[in-house]
Formats: sequence, C-alpha cells, structure tokens
Amino acid sequence: MAEDRKLTLWNGQIKPTVRIAGRGEPVVFLHSAFGPMWDHFLAALARNHTVYAPSHPGTGPDDVDGIRALEDLWDLVLYYYELFDALGLKSPAVVGHSFGGMIAAELAASDPARVGKLALIDAYGLWRDDTPVPLASALAPKVLAKCIFHDPGDPATKLTFPDHHDHDAVIRVTWSINCANKFIWPLPDKGLKKRIHRISAPTLIIWGRHDGLMPPVYAEEFHGKIAGSQVAIVDDASHMCPLERPDTVAALVTDFFKS
Amino acid sequence: MKISMFHLMPYRDLPDDFEKRYHSIWVDPPYWEIADPRKIGQYYNWTFDELIHAARAGIDGICVNEHHQNAYGMMPNPDVMGSVLARETNGLDTAIVQMGCTLPTTNPPIRVAEEYAMIDCISGGRLVAGMPLGTPQDVNLCYGIPPVEHRERYHEAHDLIMKAWQARETFAWNGRYFKLPMVNLWPRPIQQPHPPVWIPGSTSLSTWEFTAKHDHCYCNLSFFGNQFGKQVLDGFWEYVAKQGLDANPYRVGFLQLVAVSENDAQAERDYYKHIRYFYDKCLLVPDEFISSSGNQDHRSLVNSVKNLNPRLGRIIGQIKNWKFADFVKNQFVIAGGPATVRDQLMEAVKNLRVGNLMVLLHIGSMTHEETLKNIDLFCGEVLPHFRDVWDDEWENRWWPKGLLARRQDAAAGA
Repeated sequence: MAEDRKLTLWNGQIKPTVRIAGRGEPVVFLHSAFGPMWDHFLAALARNHTVYAPSHPGTGPDDVDGIRALEDLWDLVLYYYELFDALGLKSPAVVGHSFGGMIAAELAASDPARVGKLALIDAYGLWRDDTPVPLASALAPKVLAKCIFHDPGDPATKLTFPDHHDHDAVIRVTWSINCANKFIWPLPDKGLKKRIHRISAPTLIIWGRHDGLMPPVYAEEFHGKIAGSQVAIVDDASHMCPLERPDTVAALVTDFFKS
Repeated sequence: MKISMFHLMPYRDLPDDFEKRYHSIWVDPPYWEIADPRKIGQYYNWTFDELIHAARAGIDGICVNEHHQNAYGMMPNPDVMGSVLARETNGLDTAIVQMGCTLPTTNPPIRVAEEYAMIDCISGGRLVAGMPLGTPQDVNLCYGIPPVEHRERYHEAHDLIMKAWQARETFAWNGRYFKLPMVNLWPRPIQQPHPPVWIPGSTSLSTWEFTAKHDHCYCNLSFFGNQFGKQVLDGFWEYVAKQGLDANPYRVGFLQLVAVSENDAQAERDYYKHIRYFYDKCLLVPDEFISSSGNQDHRSLVNSVKNLNPRLGRIIGQIKNWKFADFVKNQFVIAGGPATVRDQLMEAVKNLRVGNLMVLLHIGSMTHEETLKNIDLFCGEVLPHFRDVWDDEWENRWWPKGLLARRQDAAAGA
C-alpha cells in the first residue's frame, strides 16, 4: 500500500509530502524539474524496493512557500540529510532524474556516508563548453518536447506539458519548474565538478540515447569523474527515459542495486 | 495633470522582412546581420534631441527606460541617458523621469541610489525615480537571475535604496541577497525625504500591494492602449479603495502611444507605416521569453493562469490584419489631427483616472523630422488643454515638489 507521509522540516518552514510504497531495501527517488509524479517507473521500482519519493521544497501540495526557506544549494543538501533523518534512512540508495540527479550527486559528494548506492538518470550538474545545455525554460514547449522525448507524441508528454485548460496542472508544473530553477538557473553548473570526486557510492549512470537536452556525452562526463561508475544507455529514449521506458530503466536500477 | 514623453530608443531601420526571418527582437536578435553601430550612434543623438526638444516645447517630463539585448529598446543603462538629459534641460521645468533602472539586476543596488542622486543633483531636484521590477527577458534571460528570486531581490533592493537615501548614520546592510558593511552615500538627492518613486507594473497583485504599502505611484506601461489599460487600472483602483487609500489620480501613471498630424487623414499617411513597424517588428517576442509566470509568486501565478485575458490574446492575434483605423478604434494608438487626439486622450485620461500620463511620441521607425513634428503638434495643440485636469481637487504628491511650485509661480505671474 502506498502512503503519502507529510513531514514538517527545516524549522517548520518546509512541508514535503513523501510517497512511500513497495517493499524491500529503501530507495529514495528525487524527481525532475517537472515535479513529483507517481508514475509507472516508480511503481515498477516499488516491486523490489521500498520507494521514498519526496516532493522537492515548494512543490508539495501544502508547501508552496517551502522554496523560500532555502537560500542556496548548500541549504538544499543539508535539508535532504534532515529529510533522510526524518525518514530514518541512514545511508539509502538514491535515484535522481534530471534536476533530481544533480541533487542526488551533490548529496553523495557532500557526505559520502549518507548515500549507499547511487543511480543518476540524465542528470543535470555538469557543463561542457563544447556541448552547452540549453536553458529549457527559454524553449518553446514544442521545441522542448522534441529535446526531451524521443517520440514527441508519447502520451507521457501530457504529464510534463499539461493542457492549458487544466489550470491546476499548469500551475503545479509551472511552480515545480520555478522551484527547480532556483538551483539550476541560469546554467546547471553549481560547482559539482569540484566535489564529485568525493562520491564513493557504487554509481550507475543511465542515459537516454537520444537526450536532446544533454546528449550522452554528459553520461561520459559523469562516468569520467566518478571512480568505478558504470554507464547504461537506454535505446529509443531521450531525457525523460523513466517516463518513456519505465520498465527498462526500473530493471537497470533494480539489477544494479541488487549486485 | 502631468504629461511626459517616453522614448524607447528603438532601432529605426530593421529589414522589411524582419518578422518573417527572425525569432525575436529581444534576447537573441542577430546583431551582426542587422545592426550598424554608426546608425545606432545617430539614433542615440536623435533620441536626446527629441526628448530635449519636447522639454523646450513645454512637456512636463521626459522618460527613458532600461532593456537589454533588445533592438527596440537600446538603453542598457538609462542613467547614461538621464544624466545628459538632466544637464541639457537645466533651467526648464521638466522632470527627468527615469523609468528606470531595473533594481534586481543592478548590483549592488546602491548603484541605482547613487546614480539617481547624481541626476537629482545635476538637475536641481527634478528627478522622478522609477523602480522597475524588470521583465523576465531582461532579468532572467539576459542577466541570469533565477525567476523565483526575481521579486525577492527587487523588494530587498528597493528597501536598501530607500534607506541609503535617508539614513542619518552609516549603516550595515545584512540582506539575503546583498551584504554591505558601511553604507553612506555621497551624493544624495536634493529632494527630501526622497525623490518621488514610480513603480511600473502589468497586472500583478503583488505589485499593487507593494505600491500601495509604500505609497508610491503605480504605472501601467502598456503597448495595448487605454481600453485594456482600463481593465488593469479598474482593478488597481478597486484595490486602492479596499485599502482605504484616497482616489488621487496622481497615484497612477499610464503609457499611451500618441501620433498627431495636421488632420486625421494626414496622420494615417504620416504614421501608419511606423505603427505597423512597431507592432510587427518591435513587439516580435516569443511567448516562452515573455512567460510571466516564471517570476511571479505563487499567488500571482494562480491569478494569472486562472484569469487569463482571452480577449487581449484574440485581439493581439488580429493585429497583423489591422488597418490604421483599427489601431485607433481599439485605442492602441491615439492618432489623428489635434482635435481628435485631444478628445480621445481626454476621454482616456478621465476613464482611467490617470494623473501622470506618459506618451510615446516616437514610434518604431519614425524619422527624426516626423518625431519633431509629432512633438510640436502634441505640445502646441494638445498638451495645453490638459494642464489643469485634476488639479482643482488633487495634489500631485508623486512629482518633484520644486516643479509644482514653479509651475504655480508661472501661472500666478501670467
């Protein structure tokens, strides 16, 4: 049974909702800039793990002002250790997608003891001058859809680009993007390259072969900076591969964490 | 009432097919394909000459503003313009209306306080201190400020500037975004306790609250005319009434495009092509750049998503087919002979209840000579009919005090 646990953290200022489901070793999932969504990927992951999927500060249903309680990335990292403590997680496996991947990498680099295993999926956080990452918020939705979905007609695009008549969904997704942008604007390079060598968790880097936002050269960039890491490229998928190929990506994560 | 001439300082010679070939006039218009720096130098000098000409012709104030990476607004630092205008209009009763420095991107913000103080000193106390939040294009895209911090930085910069002007002692500023150990400005403004502050806004609830709380002047800077402006300002006046504040028309500023010629038919011959240029080329900005939601707080985001103005969207979609008469009918531009402009502008002023009007008298590709003609006809045939509007009942508390007194002296002496 899934549980939505509401927490009050950061001296009462941040109230995330954590979806907890499944059974098995704990896995924390950090979502992309599009906000928390319980999708097929997490359901697949929950078949073998107890999945903890917290809402990023500001993106939970009762938490719109939560984003204002944090000033910078350092605050955010400490906040997540506090969240781990509140959930009784000492050194869980952490999966992060896109923006959430950047946070996962920062958590594993800042205090390597807090992250037991790590899976980074099309993660933000590094920068190559020869392959600049476009500012997603400055792209027309149609252009962005082509960058992040291998098939722009994929039904999952409805989750990331809600119909404009669905006001609540538009507000939710827009605000989620704003809350993520606080930490990746204007460029997603916030110094991870200086700290990433500290990561000691066994790390799997998963990348959509057709990621048009951050091409697989970024998978190599992470791989080169995290000792002992492995890379898995997902075919017929782009930046949103957990939405596009949920079973494939969940199996990659599960097999890696088992090994 | 007070009427000021606004200038955007646009590129006046964009290629005819600009809107077909290019993505945007703002943020990413290709400089090397289009721009000629010698022409731009000429535009700057024409812009000075036009604003100074308006001042000599009796306009109440002259306005410049700030944009970045923008071919319709090439004043990245309005104070570079304002200092020249202040110097060149000394001896005239013209306000220098800086509309103004974008607060969240001027770092540290006391730079704005210092430059405005310079202009107030140079001009002998004629500054109006505009304090814009800045557009998403300028602040978030060009200058890299995260949208969610945009308004917080703005509020902090405003509070710091106001304190820096007025503090009697050197102070330390330990803000969230700005930290300064010893603030003690030299120079400071002539106007005490501080120059009048005008706040540009579109429809954001947060800006209404902010403006009312600080008792500043709220300015709706719109290119879509007074009919849509009325929807915004009706909301503002309703808000003001709810706060128990007076309905002083000088609380409000509004920008209106105005083009005057000898008669209505001549106005169409003189100005239609420039109006087309303005709406076709100068306003070519893709939605994803404008996307106002990014820098709104959550409440304003909810308000704007749920209360989208479908009528404005529909109308904007039709502009490409508009004739001259449509621009006038919809009041995007008040244009015609002096009598037409007088009547329509008077109706708009009364309708909006606006005391501090700004008029855009240089539009798009207008030549220097045409601009001077528009200024002369406006200042000669239109402006005198507006001098006394509102003054029987209300005092303009948002205008340089020295200029109010001088205007009254002149009237008494006449």
